[in-house]
Amino acid sequence: MLGQTQAKQITERVLALSKAGQTQVLLQVTDSALTRFANNIIHQNVSETNADVTVRVALGNKVGTASTNDVTKAGLAQVVESAAMLARLQAENPDFPGFAGPQSVTPARGFDEEAAQAAPEVRAKAVGEICRQSRDAGTLAAGAFSTAAGEIAIANSQGVFCYHAGTTCDLQAAVMAEGGGNGYSQVAGWKLSDTLGSAEAIGREAVQKALRARNPQSIEPGTFTVVLEPYAVEDLVNMLNHVGFSARAMQEGRSWMVGRIGQPVMSPLVTIVDDGHDDLGFPMPFDFEGVPKQKVVLVENGVPRGPVYDSTTARKEGRASTGHALPPPNTYGPMAINLVMSAGSDTVEEMIRTTERGLYITRFWYTRVVHPRDCIITGMTRDGVFLIEKGELTQPVKNLRFTQGYVPALAQVEMMGREAKTLSGGWLGAARVPALKLKEFNFTGSTQ
Amino acid sequence: MKDLIERALNVAQLKGASYADVRLVHREDEFIAVKNGIVEALGRGNDQGLGVRVIANGAWGFASSAVGVGYNATTVEAERVAALAVSIAKASALVKSDADSVDIGPPVVSKGEYRTPVVTDPFTVPLESKIETLLKADALMRQASGVKVASGTLTFIRERKTFASTEGSWTQQEIVESGCGIVATAVAEGDVQVRSYPNAGGRHQMTRGYEFIEEMDLVGNAERVGVEADALLRADKCPSGSMTIVIGGAQLALQVHESCGHPIELDRVFGAEASFAGTSFLTTDKLDHFRYGSPVVNLTADSITPGGLGTFGWDDEGVPAQTTPIVREGMFMGYLMSRETARKIGRTSNGCMRASGWNRMPIIRMVNVSLEPGTWKLQDLIADTDDGIYMDMNRSWSIDDRRLNFQFGTEIAYEIKGGKLGRLFKNAMYTGITPEFWGSCDAVCNRDHWVVWGTPNCGKGQPMQVAHTGHGAAPARFRNIQVRGV
Repeated sequence: MLGQTQAKQITERVLALSKAGQTQVLLQVTDSALTRFANNIIHQNVSETNADVTVRVALGNKVGTASTNDVTKAGLAQVVESAAMLARLQAENPDFPGFAGPQSVTPARGFDEEAAQAAPEVRAKAVGEICRQSRDAGTLAAGAFSTAAGEIAIANSQGVFCYHAGTTCDLQAAVMAEGGGNGYSQVAGWKLSDTLGSAEAIGREAVQKALRARNPQSIEPGTFTVVLEPYAVEDLVNMLNHVGFSARAMQEGRSWMVGRIGQPVMSPLVTIVDDGHDDLGFPMPFDFEGVPKQKVVLVENGVPRGPVYDSTTARKEGRASTGHALPPPNTYGPMAINLVMSAGSDTVEEMIRTTERGLYITRFWYTRVVHPRDCIITGMTRDGVFLIEKGELTQPVKNLRFTQGYVPALAQVEMMGREAKTLSGGWLGAARVPALKLKEFNFTGSTQ
Repeated sequence: MKDLIERALNVAQLKGASYADVRLVHREDEFIAVKNGIVEALGRGNDQGLGVRVIANGAWGFASSAVGVGYNATTVEAERVAALAVSIAKASALVKSDADSVDIGPPVVSKGEYRTPVVTDPFTVPLESKIETLLKADALMRQASGVKVASGTLTFIRERKTFASTEGSWTQQEIVESGCGIVATAVAEGDVQVRSYPNAGGRHQMTRGYEFIEEMDLVGNAERVGVEADALLRADKCPSGSMTIVIGGAQLALQVHESCGHPIELDRVFGAEASFAGTSFLTTDKLDHFRYGSPVVNLTADSITPGGLGTFGWDDEGVPAQTTPIVREGMFMGYLMSRETARKIGRTSNGCMRASGWNRMPIIRMVNVSLEPGTWKLQDLIADTDDGIYMDMNRSWSIDDRRLNFQFGTEIAYEIKGGKLGRLFKNAMYTGITPEFWGSCDAVCNRDHWVVWGTPNCGKGQPMQVAHTGHGAAPARFRNIQVRGV
């Protein structure tokens, strides 16, 4: 880790080297480690240290981008020259809004010194606890425990300088029992103590589910009431994001939000926001253009309100960026990376108890877009599916394929969990989501 | 550079490693993206670093760093990384028993150099000419009235890699890749249709020079791509039912990738990816005993096919490039292996350990996994099909965590009636169970129609590694497949 002073020195050096009209520099420093396990042993254990500098040079509205991880004086001089050369060769881009001007950025929390300094032995101990539980139960545990510290600094010739340091910790366990039983559990956050403190519970949850899921039976696919754990709900939110929360997707006519803004297309229980200052996620106070992140209400009580913007998409509509730009060179458009689905008041036990016949689902897997305008997604269930009959979990079920529009699915939310869980499975950042019960979900196939 | 690598190997051994290898990787790349007449991105990247992999106390450890970082002297950083790798390995060993100790078998000693054969170095082609090609193609696609978004990209990569090990290997490789693609997105009320060229997702890539881009002729194909995207808006939805389908080579390449390439990764079979990418239905008891497909199905893994994205000189364990039969006349007979996993089944590695960069530990990845060509001409195959659907170019793909139940959607489909291609269909999908699907294959087209396709976006591993894999495929016919129009 460099620290803010040294990060600023590097960005100032880059700006001083550039003779161009406008220059922007993004510095990303990574110090990360991941301990991976399978078959109850640690089989891969890795670490990475890197510092990456991306420079954009604008000559009028011709923009060139170059990057390097050589942050020596010579390396920085070369990357600046490369970006300038590319700008000279570029075509005019009338959509280029210019680099952002300085705005006040509210600092965010999100850095834990313990997480930044976590030694391999610390991760091994937590993993060891999960593997011990698994061995004692006669099962096989797999998963990963990652700890990372990162710094982001953005500066430009318009006077912007932003700096943020953050840590991420993520512990996942997938357990396999004889007879095809599988279970899964995960905890994520920026404080090491929260993750370490959950290792025992993570192991217990995954092992118990795997044991309960042994000898799953086939059932006929069809439409079912479903109780979704947060791991599955995360996919709903991430897919809505991937397909439709970006202003670029809206402007290109691809987003599921097109024609649905202001319409009550989901249950009033559904509210989804993007909040870069959410302390319970992975906070990030500004975007990769140095624009402060605004809290954006994406869906409010079932009504889509609008997407997130970066400078380019905002300019097209004559509005201000909401601070959701991705790192350059970015052709994807803006992206929400701090998603929160508001929790409700129901427990998972109540969801099960009130279900006459349905399916309890741990998570979704390999979900892909079938049709973006209706956000129709196909995917598989994974790591524990159980039949619910007369308010109780009865038999485990073999994995099923679904093909389902996520918007009409969320129109049928009957119950919303009271506890939201932070999960880091999507694009950058994190999603914090509760469990929920949907009245109808369409399964179209099954596996062997 | 030699000092730096040798120092890292020495320190690893001094700290207690029984085995160590080092990769020093320098990668440069160039990326150009055009959308609706604007050059959205024009960038160049320069990235280098050092990765050290060790076995200590019978367990793996890996550490990496961007050597040359200004705030750390180079050799000092290499030593720190090597020592850290050993420390990590010793921490790994805290969660294992002696029976679990890593065994990579007899030493592998490889020496030499390999360079991708290239006619035109893509980095020497003027940027103005590359931009002009993309802008011309972009304009031609947007001539079709329904096309609201036209995009095109060019991607070039040069990776220079030095590999050395405590067993005495020392190899140097320079791999060059060139990639290109155009996509036309047509939008009408409530509908979005996409056509891509040369491959889905707007990117086909090979280990070749700029001559590959010229051969793809983006400008020559752009108008057709736009017209087809527009036509799909007015096309009928694909009918549903159990049908005969003929799958085009580009889509079949992805089918091979997902339903064959992944389940034959032996680390997956042994559970190494159980928490993330999944496991495999091709368990070791099936090796040499299991009918994977019909007798016309032959699949091969190799790292020598010219231009394949999985083609190189040595893998990231120093094992030489080679060829492995995977399925012969429908019978399953081979895996993608590492030194460690091959030993567990009494075989030797076939060189499939690949890391996506200096900052990742190598894991088993596909090389070029290909469906061998058959005997049919495509026009004869269509003429021989009385009632069916022809489908090509992937639009969506999904498969379960054991690689059995899959569902794929294609950009375009045509009715086949009485041996002739007919009506255009949209939103075509087909689903199946892997061995049942390949068991229903009754015809594969010949080498005239065989293309080595590039998949530059294969994800696996934690932390994530994106691999570039190659897949040779020609169109083929399958009977009694569940087809759906969405």
